[in-house]
Amino acid sequence: MIGTRIRSVTAETLATEARALRDTGGRMQFAYAWSPNGDDIEVRYVAALPERKDFETWLLRAGNEVPSLAHIWPLLGWYEREMMDLSGIRFAGHPEPHPLVLREGAPSRGNGQDFLKHPPVDGGHHLPIIDAKDIQRLPFGPIRADVVESAEFTFFYVGEHILHYQPRLFFKHRGMETCFNGRLPSDAVVVAERVSGVGTVGHALAFCEAVERAAGCDVPVRARALRVLLAELERLYNHLHYLGHLCSTTTLKVGEAQGKLLEERAKQLNARLTGSRFLRSMLAPGGLRRDLAPDKWLGEALEALRKEVIAYVDRLEASESYLDRLITTGPLPKRVAFDQGATGPVERASGLDRDLRRDHPYALYDELPVTVTTLEEGDAYARERVRIAEIAAAFDLCQRVLFRLEPGPIRTDCVAPPLSEGLGWSEGPRGSLFYAVHIGGDGTLARVKIKSPSFSNWRAFPLTVHDSNMMDYAINEASFGLTIAGCDR
Amino acid sequence: MALWTLFGLSSGKATTTWPAGDDADGQDGLLGMPRYNPQACDEGCRICAEVCPTHAIEAHDDKLSVDYGRCVICQLCTEACPTGAMTPSNDWAFGVRDREDLVWASGGAPTAAPGGTGKRAFFRSLHVRHVDAGSCNGCESELQALNNPFYNLHRLGIFFTPSPRFADLLLVTGPVTRPMFEPLLAAYQAMPEPRWVMAVGTCAVSGGIPGGNYACATGLEGILPVDLYLPGCPPNPAAIIDALLIFLDRAPQRVSGGRVRD
Repeated sequence: MIGTRIRSVTAETLATEARALRDTGGRMQFAYAWSPNGDDIEVRYVAALPERKDFETWLLRAGNEVPSLAHIWPLLGWYEREMMDLSGIRFAGHPEPHPLVLREGAPSRGNGQDFLKHPPVDGGHHLPIIDAKDIQRLPFGPIRADVVESAEFTFFYVGEHILHYQPRLFFKHRGMETCFNGRLPSDAVVVAERVSGVGTVGHALAFCEAVERAAGCDVPVRARALRVLLAELERLYNHLHYLGHLCSTTTLKVGEAQGKLLEERAKQLNARLTGSRFLRSMLAPGGLRRDLAPDKWLGEALEALRKEVIAYVDRLEASESYLDRLITTGPLPKRVAFDQGATGPVERASGLDRDLRRDHPYALYDELPVTVTTLEEGDAYARERVRIAEIAAAFDLCQRVLFRLEPGPIRTDCVAPPLSEGLGWSEGPRGSLFYAVHIGGDGTLARVKIKSPSFSNWRAFPLTVHDSNMMDYAINEASFGLTIAGCDR
Repeated sequence: MALWTLFGLSSGKATTTWPAGDDADGQDGLLGMPRYNPQACDEGCRICAEVCPTHAIEAHDDKLSVDYGRCVICQLCTEACPTGAMTPSNDWAFGVRDREDLVWASGGAPTAAPGGTGKRAFFRSLHVRHVDAGSCNGCESELQALNNPFYNLHRLGIFFTPSPRFADLLLVTGPVTRPMFEPLLAAYQAMPEPRWVMAVGTCAVSGGIPGGNYACATGLEGILPVDLYLPGCPPNPAAIIDALLIFLDRAPQRVSGGRVRD
């Protein structure tokens, strides 16, 4: 697999390798299972080694049982539970061996069931047993107030004080990974674009890069430059939405209105440039589907928007009522962020200096200066400031791309040969995104694994809620900028 | 605080008057449903049907059937079509009362279903409960945009309500995943009568990309009675406003037989 070096490991050496990776400053990224022949199951662990621009994949030919690595790499806990649900492997010694992605008794395959004839039930919930009459339990969701995504949260609390918080996700599990199977890689970007709507470009880009590495094709420079432009435009409207939403939770009403208005402007720019407010239908393996003509108007429109954003941020920085609610709220310690695999602005606000654009460059990022902002505090305010810095950097990157954009081809032939595989990645607005792509014998997709940033950050988030208070909850949640569709897939 | 008040006052109104007046709808350049022109179609060519990821276009005995209720606006057919029978368009306002109106039908006369009755009392006070039944969050992003200062949905007397008990309209997004089936029905049952349902986005109309796999139903088909269908991936905020006004009989339904009639 290009993009990663593959190495076989055995069940016996697995734990030693995992410890060695941790002790040498490496980082586990994600893990998944697949069956190359339909029977034998392979477990793949993808890791980043220090100072290397590609990744390393460990291949483990699994029997029915594999030792759990959750005690060495806590972030693997969810990936292992997902594999238990969807692939039927057992992970020995797993600290919480409950279903995660599926509800108990739900099938992991078999299409077209009739919900009315066989109504699915929601099933039980694995909550801690708390036997104290002063402690109240508040279940909230899956349908919550306001226009939000579905998820259920349970709070155990006394008065204002939250003792324990447990989110229950995967109400929105759509089986998106299986939607790729049997499609030609060139036709499947449509699926990647719909895994998380507000992460359209990040998902499409990581998928295309994976297919391109499997095919071994070189994407033309103009296409790579425009991919950076699209990815940074996506970061812009997402981060502007984030600021508006954060103001909403701190009840800064005019700030909320202005943040959402700026987001709307950015989305309208997207539509004018690409025909889609979410920048859809642009990417294809091998380059772009259509050329873009970002003449002078885009540079000027972005500059006008940038000036408004700067003025907006200055006003936020001068609003004590807003800052008071963010500073010291929901601190995520660096160690916890690392252990739980937090990613994107969340990890960078907790002092972890990582960004795929700089550390593992893709598209045209190796030729562009990527400013990575890290802060140490790890609170809601730090998460907000990292995003504000990324807005400024995104404007800068867009202008640099527009400045150096030269005419040229935008697409090259890209056919991944049968039985090839590739790993693709991108740094979306919420953090690192990976696609592992396996091509079957007939040239169609046999297995696609999606690692989304929110899957990682939802693991870290609850640890900042325990032992906090109710009034801060909404602000803390907003400061993480999580999506649920991306996590649940 | 004074800072913000001053800023708010000095910036003036950001809200469009659309659909009334001459203001822009804010959807410049946005692509909508591909337009089907059977005259230009080369019989026997099945390229568009082959690339369509959701079987919105299907080939039957040299004829095409086109169902806009399944279209995810991916534009693959417009790029693949060699004869110009499928062309890109700005037809994004595709709200209809009758599912059949999303299916392309030959024939001239508009067949748009007449508006419902009994909605006059809700004309300027419609309360909407949104339920995300497994969307990709694109639809939520556009629904949230409805309350930004540009669209300002409140000006039209339409409000989102936290409780289904105060809701007149259940607005559903997503293909209906297994775990959301029960909560969705519970929300519907908690609503007082008269109650209506609107399917927003192609997933809620017909299942979209994941519809019918191990995890999802095919949208609201066979699950809840739908009073208004709005396909789109996702439908933009102006399309959602247009559809809400069609539902309230405050705007005419312009789509019938799978195309916009003027």
